[in-house]
Amino acid sequence: MGQGSASAPIAADFTGAGGPAEPPGRTSGLVQLITPSGERVSHPEFDPWLQDITDDHLCSLFEDMTVIRRIDVEATALQRQGELALWPPLLGQEAAQIGSGRALREDDFVFSSYRENGVAYCRGVDLTDIVRVWRGNASSGWDPYSINMATPQIIIGAQTLHATGYAMGIQNDGADSAAVTYFGDGATSEGDLNEAMVFAASFQVPVVFFCTNNHWAISEPVRLQSHIQLADRATGFGIPSLRVDGNDVLAVMAATRVALDRARRGGGPTFIEAVSYRMGPHTTADDPTRYRDANELEDWAAKDPVSRVAALLDRKGLLTAELQQQVRDKADAVAREMRRGCTTMPDPQPLDVFKHVYSTPNSWLDRQQDHYARYLASFGDPAEAVSEEGAR
Amino acid sequence: MTQMTFARAINTGLRKSLENDPKVVLLGEDIGALGGVFRVTDGLQKDFGKHRVVDTPLAESAIVGTAVGLAYRGYRPVVEIQFDGFIYPAFDQIVSQVAKLHYRTRGAVKMPITIRIPFGGGIGSPEHHSESPEAYFTHTSGLRVVTVSNPQDAHTVIQQAISCDDPVLYFEPKRRYHDKGEVDESVDPRTAAPMDQARVVTDGTHVTLVAYGPLVKTARDAAIAAADEGISIEVIDLRSLSPVDYRTVVASVRKTGRLVVTHEAGQSGGLGAEVAASITERCFYYLEAAPVRVTGFDIPYPYSKLEMHHLPGLDRILDGVDRALGRPNSLSGLEG
Repeated sequence: MGQGSASAPIAADFTGAGGPAEPPGRTSGLVQLITPSGERVSHPEFDPWLQDITDDHLCSLFEDMTVIRRIDVEATALQRQGELALWPPLLGQEAAQIGSGRALREDDFVFSSYRENGVAYCRGVDLTDIVRVWRGNASSGWDPYSINMATPQIIIGAQTLHATGYAMGIQNDGADSAAVTYFGDGATSEGDLNEAMVFAASFQVPVVFFCTNNHWAISEPVRLQSHIQLADRATGFGIPSLRVDGNDVLAVMAATRVALDRARRGGGPTFIEAVSYRMGPHTTADDPTRYRDANELEDWAAKDPVSRVAALLDRKGLLTAELQQQVRDKADAVAREMRRGCTTMPDPQPLDVFKHVYSTPNSWLDRQQDHYARYLASFGDPAEAVSEEGAR
Repeated sequence: MTQMTFARAINTGLRKSLENDPKVVLLGEDIGALGGVFRVTDGLQKDFGKHRVVDTPLAESAIVGTAVGLAYRGYRPVVEIQFDGFIYPAFDQIVSQVAKLHYRTRGAVKMPITIRIPFGGGIGSPEHHSESPEAYFTHTSGLRVVTVSNPQDAHTVIQQAISCDDPVLYFEPKRRYHDKGEVDESVDPRTAAPMDQARVVTDGTHVTLVAYGPLVKTARDAAIAAADEGISIEVIDLRSLSPVDYRTVVASVRKTGRLVVTHEAGQSGGLGAEVAASITERCFYYLEAAPVRVTGFDIPYPYSKLEMHHLPGLDRILDGVDRALGRPNSLSGLEG
């Protein structure tokens, strides 16, 4: 956690095994390795970061993206059926989540927003845990240490500081892992992200700022947030940035690998702007038809991240009926498992409400718990203690 | 036993915590080479290094927010907020993150963060440098809020706060930083009175006077002055503001039948209201008179030439004691 050299050259530390001698820094255009029609375009700076991506690997990325799209559809259906109170869809952001999520190492630690369920899938989350919070059964779905991913953050941008602090700890421990924080374009307006970038640059800690610019912060367009490209903002903090096509799984993966490599080598933070589009609503409570043009959605549908990989596979002769069936089966199985886990989840017990507020006894809370337990015990069936009115 | 100032007592407590646990790290503005604006961290960076005592950029939300990340990684961060009035930019991180992460993660993630806040007035400072924001935090579940009133407590309680697995806001009464007192450095914080236990400062029989932090000394002086008039005041130093040790206060009020609470913070929604209500609930049939609050006014902290009017002094406290005892006082004859 010692003071880093604030004047260290920004893009000069990408040397060594595994990567190119002069890896890419900020590029003014959008880095794209797969065109919307599925053509693989070569990129001299980013291709070296994808040398290990075989045809099988491409097929597996296609599967991942299809599966998380299916998870999203299933969860949205569960919400519409009254099984979940709310759901934040990731439709359209599959490439951003799978491309980055599959670039991570197990010992990296993720601090995300509430939309990165695809990243959680990459981390190996139990599928039931993905919907636990949205069903209202718990404040969090999983033990962060079980998948090295903090539970989703609701407060916009707050997690960027947690990632930066965690990265200070990594640096202090002399480890070579990285902290990765995910946030949207809206978070770039928040003080916390800006403070996180100040700290990350000051201490040159191994943190990757992964901004999914999905163009809308609920109903506020990104043009209201920023008059310059979001990636350019990082430059003002002395943080190198990359701007990639967020609907291009290979471009995202390459960019994340570049950033992680820099972090692991002690090169400090990197900011990635993955330019994508939130094709669905902000959450299931939102109605995007009130604030955005249908034409815009149509334009972005043509850049769809999943069909793009499918088109690439097709061009390569890999999109066989067998593969498509296999991917569908996997997606169906995952969706079934998630639905079953959701609908059979046991309800929490009344006194669970008092659990885990403190890790050591607290006389105020113990008294309240004791009194409420006595109150509940005065009913034959504790469930009767909560009237319909009170439960609402 | 060693004579040392309040500030020095905290410093030696911090030093012990740094020595005893390699996971303890200090974060804050100016806490390194300068040793903090009040010199509470004097010499610690020199002895423990820049990675243990970290001078941070000026950003309170980041100081607390990065401490959250460090806690995730297994560290026990101790952060310094330079002045009470600067805590507000960090408010969200404290009440939405630090306070709730243990609950949110169902106990998986511990937040053993200590947030040191020099607080209170009486030092002639400009705006934002003399506030008493404790009630914002006592209202937030998941936080523990403590304050100290003497060098021995300052020394011991800081170590207890740091070793506590819950987040602790440690309010330091800045106008007492230079007061000297005896400190027994050999006191083991693990066996000393726990930080959430109130302390009876002076025994008394006529009225219970509850105080904390900077006003404990004033309350004790009031008790000495009152004794000259034959009034016996039992002064209680709460030490912990969340949770309050009501067992100690109740025992005292059952004996005296009268309660006066004093603090520098404004009255409405303050801790005095909480103590008065809780004691009324628990001791209604023991009370001989309604509880009395002697507090700061519900105003922004005033400019320093007027702060002595805002801060409860010995005479205002004694006037409150007179009210509780039904003796002639400044409000005599006033109803409601």
